[in-house]
Amino acid sequence: MPHWLRPIALLITFFAAAGTQADDELPKILVADPYIELHSGPGRGYPVVHVVERGREVVIVKRRTDWFQVRTDRDIEGWVPRAQMIATLEPTGEPLDLQEPARENYMSRRWQGGIMAGDFGGASEVSVFGGYAFSDNLSIELTLNHMPGEYSAAYSATLGLMHVFVPEWRASPYFTLGTGVIHVKPKATLVQAEDRTDQIGYVGGGIQLYLTRRFMLRTEYRNNIVFTSRDDNEEVDEWKYIGFAFFF
Amino acid sequence: MEVHRLRLLFLSVIAATALPGCAMFGGGDAAAPADIAESAASDANDTLGNRPVIEPQVERREIKRARIDTEDFEIGAYFGVLSIEDFESNTVYGGRLAYHLSEDFFIEGTVGRSKAGRTSYETLSGAAALLDDDDRNYTYYALSVGWNALPGEVFIGKNRAYNSAFYLVAGIGSTTFAGDDRFTVSGGFGYRILPTDWLAVHFDVRDHVFDIDLLGKKKIVNNLEAHLGLSIFF
Repeated sequence: MPHWLRPIALLITFFAAAGTQADDELPKILVADPYIELHSGPGRGYPVVHVVERGREVVIVKRRTDWFQVRTDRDIEGWVPRAQMIATLEPTGEPLDLQEPARENYMSRRWQGGIMAGDFGGASEVSVFGGYAFSDNLSIELTLNHMPGEYSAAYSATLGLMHVFVPEWRASPYFTLGTGVIHVKPKATLVQAEDRTDQIGYVGGGIQLYLTRRFMLRTEYRNNIVFTSRDDNEEVDEWKYIGFAFFF
Repeated sequence: MEVHRLRLLFLSVIAATALPGCAMFGGGDAAAPADIAESAASDANDTLGNRPVIEPQVERREIKRARIDTEDFEIGAYFGVLSIEDFESNTVYGGRLAYHLSEDFFIEGTVGRSKAGRTSYETLSGAAALLDDDDRNYTYYALSVGWNALPGEVFIGKNRAYNSAFYLVAGIGSTTFAGDDRFTVSGGFGYRILPTDWLAVHFDVRDHVFDIDLLGKKKIVNNLEAHLGLSIFF
C-alpha cells in the first residue's frame, strides 16, 4: 500500500468500525409497552417495518435527535420515537432515564447556545454565543461577534454575566453585564488607518422567549464602552435584533 | 458525695473515648467477641438443620446508566461552482458542521473558499486589473438554520431504499472579498440522501447576497452557488 493511502485506509476502517459496534457493549432495554414500532428512518413519516412485543429485549444502537435506532435479537434494525422509548425499561427494571431538553425540564437547563443578528453602531453584526447557568437565574455567557461595517470590520469576544429575572415565565426579561476585547480593521479603501485592539465593557438587557421543545428566541440591547487609547472612550449602541437559541 | 459523682463522670468519659480506640488496636485479624458468638450460633443452626437446602447465589447486577451513542452532529466537505457577480464562475470548496436539533430542524455553519475571475470590462478593455491577485480570494462563512421540509425515501432498484430529505436553509454570515468583510445573507435549498445511517450525500444550492461598492456605486450582488457534498454523522 502506498504510504499516502494509509491514512485514508485507516479512516475508512475507523468509520467502518464505528458502524459495527459489538452488541454486548450496547445498552439493552426491555419492552414494557404492549409493543414498540420500528420505523425505517428517524422521522414520523417513515413506514413501520417491524414490531417488537412486550417482554422482549432490544439493544439501542444509536440515537439521532428524538429517535433511537434499536436492534432486535433477530438482527432487525429500526428507529423508535422517544415517546415509546420512555415506556421501556432498563434490565434493572427501572424506566429508561432520558434526560430531555423539553418544556418539562426547561427550568433545569444548564447549557445553551445560539446565533444572533444585529446592528453594532451602524454596522451589521453576526454573533455566536454559548452560556452556562449556575442557577435558575444566573448564567455566564461567552459571545463572539463579527461586525462587517461600511468603513471597517470589527471582531469582538465578550464574557459576561446574565441574570434572567423570572426564568419560569415564557417571556422573561434579563440583565447582562460583561467585558471583552474588540479588534477593529479599517477597510482597505481607507488610507492611513491602522488596526487596533481595545478593551470593551458593556451593560445591557433583553427578552428571552421560550418557543417550543428546546428552542428560544431572544432580543437584546447592549450599551458598549470601548476603552480606546485615545483621549475619549467611545460609546457604541448595539442592538441584537433577533437571536435563535437552544438549550441542552 | 459530690467528688464521687464527678469521678464517676470523669471515668465514664474516659471509657467512652478510650474504648473505641482500644478496639482499633485490638481489631484486625482477631475476631471480635460478637463475631465469635455469631459464628457459634450459626454452627448451632447447622447442627439443627436450619441451613437452607439451596444456597441462593445472588449476583448483584451492575447498574450502569445506559450510555447511548448520540449522533446529532454532522461534519462534511463540499465542492462545487460559485458564480461571483461580475467576476465569472469558479470552483468553490468548503466545510460544513451541522447540529440536528430535532427531526425537523438543524443549525449549520459553513465555511467556503473560491477565487474570483476577471470582469468583462477587464478582459475587453485590456486595462489594468481591478483587483490584485490576493484581493480576488473569496471566502465566506454562514450560520444558518435549516428545516427538513420534505423528508422521504428514495428507491434505487427494487431492493434498495435510502432515507432522504429536501431542506431549506437561511442564514447570516460574512464574505471576505476584495480585501473587505461584507455582511452576507444567504439562503437556499438542499437535498440529502443517506446511503447508510451515518453517511450523507448532499446537493445544495445557495444564494449569497451582500452590498458591494467595488465598481464605484454601491449595489446588491447575488452570488449563486451549487455544490455536492459528503458528510458523516457523529
